[in-house]
Amino acid sequence: MNADEARATVLAVLATIAPEANLSELELDVEFRDQLDIDSMDFLNFIIGVHERTGIDIPEEDYPALETLAGCINYLVAARPAG
Amino acid sequence: MTQGETVPAAALNWPTMPKPRAGWRLPPNLEDYESTCRTFTWAAARDELPGLPGGGLNIAHEAVDRHAKGDRANRVAIRWRGRRGERRDITYGQLRDETSRFANVLTSLGVGRGDAVFTLAGRIPELYIAALGTLKNGSVFCPMFSAFGPEPVLQRMSIGHAKVLVTTPVLYQRKVAAIRDQMPELRLVILTGEPPAGCDPATTFNLATLMAEASTDFAIVPTNGEDLALLHFTSGTTGKPKGAMHVHEAVVAHHATGRFALDFHDSDIFWCTADPGWITGTSYGIISPLTHGLTMVVDEADFDAVRWYRVLEEERVTIWYTAPTAVRMLMKAGAEMAKGFDLSALRFVGSVGEPLNPEGVVWGQEAFGLPIHDNWWQTETGGIMIANFPSMEIRPGSMGRPLPGIRAAIVRREGDSVVELMAGEEGELALLKGWPSMFRGYLGEEERYRKCFVGDWYLTGDLARVDEDGYYWFVGRADDVIKSAGHLIGPFEVESAVMEHPAVAEVGVIGKPDPVAGEIVKAFVSLKSGFEPSEALRLEILGFARQRLGTAVAPKEIAFADSLPRTRSGKIMRRLLKARELGLPEGDLSTLEGPA
Repeated sequence: MNADEARATVLAVLATIAPEANLSELELDVEFRDQLDIDSMDFLNFIIGVHERTGIDIPEEDYPALETLAGCINYLVAARPAG
Repeated sequence: MTQGETVPAAALNWPTMPKPRAGWRLPPNLEDYESTCRTFTWAAARDELPGLPGGGLNIAHEAVDRHAKGDRANRVAIRWRGRRGERRDITYGQLRDETSRFANVLTSLGVGRGDAVFTLAGRIPELYIAALGTLKNGSVFCPMFSAFGPEPVLQRMSIGHAKVLVTTPVLYQRKVAAIRDQMPELRLVILTGEPPAGCDPATTFNLATLMAEASTDFAIVPTNGEDLALLHFTSGTTGKPKGAMHVHEAVVAHHATGRFALDFHDSDIFWCTADPGWITGTSYGIISPLTHGLTMVVDEADFDAVRWYRVLEEERVTIWYTAPTAVRMLMKAGAEMAKGFDLSALRFVGSVGEPLNPEGVVWGQEAFGLPIHDNWWQTETGGIMIANFPSMEIRPGSMGRPLPGIRAAIVRREGDSVVELMAGEEGELALLKGWPSMFRGYLGEEERYRKCFVGDWYLTGDLARVDEDGYYWFVGRADDVIKSAGHLIGPFEVESAVMEHPAVAEVGVIGKPDPVAGEIVKAFVSLKSGFEPSEALRLEILGFARQRLGTAVAPKEIAFADSLPRTRSGKIMRRLLKARELGLPEGDLSTLEGPA
């Protein structure tokens, strides 16, 4: 997956979790929780959504790496789908 | 659900977990349950607290000033960890000074006894200072959860006659600015930063500026035990949120229950993970650990498994009070992760919010070498009522036994009286009224308050049973209130907000069982003619609801339905929606409208 695909995937999942958000203004390096109204359950659903779309397994200890848009992109570009 | 039926004790499949004395690191405060229950009186518990020097009782005096005067002045009261790794230690001496400053700020702005001071903030130091300073001033503290949207904020502040709001500039802009003119009683907004451009400087202030000018000398307003101290909102099946009123006398129960149910000892470092926006985060996230003079840890950040283990390890937390949702998230991460941290300081783990499943209780033993102790209470009870105590064997899945001073029973309502049921029978959990932290009313709703009582019993709305040894077992709610991640959510409040969307004809909201949160809020929506179900419309309604209600209250799922089942009198049958969702038998449909 390249960076553009990763970004598109992340934004598509976020749009289903927090449809009220204006994602075009999302800043790369600011935590989602500082820009969007999302709680722990939303964040968990976001991780599940990313996994479902990409097939990439995301263990709990990696969750903090996915708290920003830039972090997500880096993570997804570096990762390989399971199996 | 049928009441009075005998239910097989299914959860008894889980073996009892013994508590050998050899396993105690400190002798538990409640060493002999039976004998303590026999001798305990609330009057004696009240006498253990010194009270105000000139007479009277004030929660903030018991929690802060009495320690600041003595040898705990330099002990850390609050060990705060910011989201980005910031640290701040506040000693009891400093906490006395800061809360006195805040009380002086209120006085100087004309805020007095009985006036309601609301907060809307994350777990930042200012929140704790505002809470205790408000109590010193004889004003009423009402915390709101920062994940509330504008609608729940407006409702609660209007019902509570908020005079003052303490919040952050960001939350003010996002959730309050647009609704402020709908709250004519709200006189002052105090922000934890510079007020945004355009705010009236006569009514909107920067807290730091006010604090810098305020004195650290303040004589605590001599409140009486029965004076109103705290307002905590909770939800019912119908109608608006209810403001449960608690008085200063409640501190007697906060203190005693901390001693018995959480086993507070002088050397403890305590971490309650609850947010003060919910009552656990006030009774046990502010008051009780401080009345015991402990060091309490506050983490500003939301749940993250690695971060939480790091807090436990680095702060050498000895007693940890958390929630089933968090336990289940940690279980997902696995016991192996826990074993990578040094949690050797930990000696007691408690849980509250919704029943902790037996798997969770037992998982604690595997991950930490300590079982997780579930306990039970409600916004209305002000403090822990039924608990698994450190000295007592655990029956996994049970909420434990009543605290000393608390008499519980399983009852069935029969007109104007109740009948106590036998062990094993399912009925409503009731408590004999009169404990110090019992709510004194729902603000402005005398009738709703009266309905909670039959004779001398407070009826909790929870269905439960008690076994032959006096352990209580939760069965379900007697009403349609949703319990998500430990928080009560009123379906009516959610339905009202979703109904405002122009495409929505009718809406019914239920709690859908969820392996992590216990339940999540799910809304069934039927559309007005001219609108067709689509994914785009579903997301639009979801976003609409989230914007109004905030993430804590808004639905996590929305499904379209052609029409919603109603009773002949027109009420949406949430129970039937839930039965359909779960694929359960739909039961007696004779009161349904039209052909079933």
